[in-house]
Amino acid sequence: MRVSERSAAVVLGLLLLLAGSLGARAEVWESALQKFASDSYNETDAAIAGVAASGNPRAADVIEALQDGRLFFDEDKRVYTRDKAGTLSDAATGKSADAATAALKPVRINNRIRRSIEAALGGLTLLSTDPMRRLEAAQAVFKSKDGKALAALEQAIGKETDAGIKRALEAARAAVLLYSSTASEGEKIEAVGQILRRGDQDARGLLAGLPAEGPESVRRAVADAIVAIDDRLAAWGVVQNLWYGLSLGSVLLLAAIGLAITFGVMGVINMAHGEMVMLGAYTTFLVQEVIRGSAPWLFDYSLAIAIPLAFLVAGLIGIAIERGVIRFLYGRPLETLLATWGISLILQQAVRTSFGPTNREVGAPHFMAGAFELGGLTITWNRLWIIVFAGIIFVLLLAALRFTTLGLYMRAVTQNRRMASAMAIPTGRIDALTFALGSGIAGLAGVALSQIDNVSPNLGQGYIIDSFLVVVFGGVGNLWGTLVGALSLGVANKFLEPYAGAVLGKILLLVIVILFIQKRPRGLFALKGRAVEA
Amino acid sequence: MITRRLLEAPDGGGRIFLGVLVGLAVLVPVLNLALPPSSPLHVPTSTVALWGKYLCYALLALSLDLVWGYCGILSLGHGAFFALGGYAMGMYLMRQIGTRGVYAHPVLPDFMVFLNWPELPFYWWGFNWFPYALLMVFLVPGTLAFVFGWFAFRSRVTGVYLSIITQALTYALMLGFFRNNFGFGGNNGLTDFKDILGFNVQSAPTRATLFALSALALAASYLIAQAVVRSKAGKILVAVRDEESRTRFLGYRVENYKTFVFTLSAAMAALAGALYVPQVGIINPSEFAPANSIEVVIWVAVGGRGTLIGAALGALIVNYAKTTFTTGLLAPYWLFALGGLFVLVTIFLPKGILGLMRKGSPSAASAPDTPPSRLDDARKVPTRAAAGRGREFAKDALAPVRPGAATRIQPAE
Repeated sequence: MRVSERSAAVVLGLLLLLAGSLGARAEVWESALQKFASDSYNETDAAIAGVAASGNPRAADVIEALQDGRLFFDEDKRVYTRDKAGTLSDAATGKSADAATAALKPVRINNRIRRSIEAALGGLTLLSTDPMRRLEAAQAVFKSKDGKALAALEQAIGKETDAGIKRALEAARAAVLLYSSTASEGEKIEAVGQILRRGDQDARGLLAGLPAEGPESVRRAVADAIVAIDDRLAAWGVVQNLWYGLSLGSVLLLAAIGLAITFGVMGVINMAHGEMVMLGAYTTFLVQEVIRGSAPWLFDYSLAIAIPLAFLVAGLIGIAIERGVIRFLYGRPLETLLATWGISLILQQAVRTSFGPTNREVGAPHFMAGAFELGGLTITWNRLWIIVFAGIIFVLLLAALRFTTLGLYMRAVTQNRRMASAMAIPTGRIDALTFALGSGIAGLAGVALSQIDNVSPNLGQGYIIDSFLVVVFGGVGNLWGTLVGALSLGVANKFLEPYAGAVLGKILLLVIVILFIQKRPRGLFALKGRAVEA
Repeated sequence: MITRRLLEAPDGGGRIFLGVLVGLAVLVPVLNLALPPSSPLHVPTSTVALWGKYLCYALLALSLDLVWGYCGILSLGHGAFFALGGYAMGMYLMRQIGTRGVYAHPVLPDFMVFLNWPELPFYWWGFNWFPYALLMVFLVPGTLAFVFGWFAFRSRVTGVYLSIITQALTYALMLGFFRNNFGFGGNNGLTDFKDILGFNVQSAPTRATLFALSALALAASYLIAQAVVRSKAGKILVAVRDEESRTRFLGYRVENYKTFVFTLSAAMAALAGALYVPQVGIINPSEFAPANSIEVVIWVAVGGRGTLIGAALGALIVNYAKTTFTTGLLAPYWLFALGGLFVLVTIFLPKGILGLMRKGSPSAASAPDTPPSRLDDARKVPTRAAAGRGREFAKDALAPVRPGAATRIQPAE
């Protein structure tokens, strides 16, 4: 009984205390806001500190409004914020308010105030409810090493539930401690350990930038950490080169795989192949234009819509080229080269006259925008999707040639035209369809390449020589050869680049391929048998 | 004796061609320099420069026809030899500028001063001396062609593969010459030339002389090419073109013949480049662009492959058309015309304009330099039979050495 009475009294006391402190905090908030209305830089600075310390949930909004010049006061010393849409609200409560716009004066800021704003926002956003903003704030503190943020950091680390953000916050705290003049030797060494755990280029820069003073033990820890980070970065550098190589390889594969059909399987030296890629890219552009104009909500699906259309457009033009020109030239491979080169000039000029010579903008749907981190690697979504896309196309094409009737006919006609004809396979139609397939796949490549390259009439020109090299390097008439050729050329290119530079690396690669073809004139995976001496 | 053989080589058409060239070399400078501008027969200097340029292109086309028309080597990199010859001449011309450059440096060309080169790189040494520069005009592209051809032909890189690696070669050179640290002026190339052998490059007499030299170079190259293709070696070249494997099995060292004709052709292309540069006043890396080399192929195809004269005529006609087209209202349609030309000529005129003309006069039909008979066969067979695939094409060449395939089932298509 007495126990319960006493506990009730304690609870009551606590409640009273809480109410009192809340009241006091509300008072701090109000009085800090008031200072904005005094129209003096010193008072504004004090107001920022007060607002930031108040812990009020609206603090960040108010300071951001100040930063953007959306904070106002009137003659009655009431402070208002105006949000980005233009509606005015009471700064203290956030309720919408109406005041005579003419009587409002903006709170002025100068460079000193701007610095205070940034520091305050850094501290405030550390406690934001949006995880992305917390992460950004942690990164910002990591870079600024601002000692004032330490208290907010400690608080944020205590509250943080997301492991990734917590690591970032701890690294930021370590950075602050390492650069602070008051932290102890032990704290600093521990901080070095934490920064080492982060282990990226920024961490290395942070450690390397530490002034060469302070205790011997800290300096040794820093030096060791730098070596460790360098090792780690070197290892990630290799992984990154591999990734870039894979990415470039997938682009080469996309560009070359259609050619592997028209050139590799049919023996047509299709110099207009690059233009099929370009037509695919322009189809994507047109689809997006239509969607932007009439159905913006479809934008994220624009690529999905463009894929079949690009295949159709390029495929139909492919049929037209095959029926109109190439079928007269079978058996004269070098002359298909000339005729298709002529076609490529015509197509380029046609696109140039109808769309203009400048680059056209093709947007990225939201799932292809941005990037994510994987260890020490930044992976952009569009590159990842292109690799996936190239893989899917490769597998589908392989399956189509292997398992469908059309694929069977194609292989039959390629291997022995007369026998195929005798088996009642319509060879002429199969020729046209094979060429259409190769061209259509080039169109698909165009959809993907529109995401990473300039969509201009010259788009295809940039890929044609590389595509031929891939097909020839891998071995004509062999899809697996094309895959291996594309990936090895891509990876080799990216590993040569850091040593030789982009252009010289490319030249070296061309020379290597030229030498390789001397050694194996039929490519990596040479066809054997009767087809050899073609 | 060599002279006699050279002069005996040309046939009737060839003599006319030579006569016209020599006539032009004499007449045009006279009409340009001796007659006053008011005279109706006066040839303006701009025309002289323009046609001088065309003659260089004709020489380039002739050199390509020598390898493509007679040996079946479709080089898509002949522009590289042309440009290398041009660069060698350009380097000489750069060194002649001396202190008249923007930076007035006595030794270094302007772009090197601009890029803070401390001294002349070793590969520029000696280029102020004309005979050395002239030697380099032939030596550099010739050596490149020899080494490239030696490796490529010995490993039996043929047909499409060869075309593609020659294209890769010129592409690699283009990328290289675009770089500033290669020491060839980066993407601006070499320009602002002042004089050649002490004569002002811009002056009318120099231009007229260069025109005459281009015409004579074309005539001389024609004589040499004609002598080569009429010789016994020339017969082997044609054999290589039509049946490479069979020629090899007959005991001929195919690669030696090919390397020889490829190197000779590269030297001719280089000479064309060297004459071209002083007339247009600039050489830059875009001359290495693969598209340029492919365009040369169409000049040859338009004029008539395997005719030499046709190649030269094709170059003159296409380039004249290009100038006419690209300067007028029709400028945006030039690429349509050029592209259409590619398509139409390959389908309807496999022997080019000259082939069309010869069809008219039966007496010339038996001339030994008629275009490849294989093409005739391919066109005579009416329908699908003619449409044998590239890879089936010529496979019979291997047949005699393969057991079980000794009897040829498929005729050559």
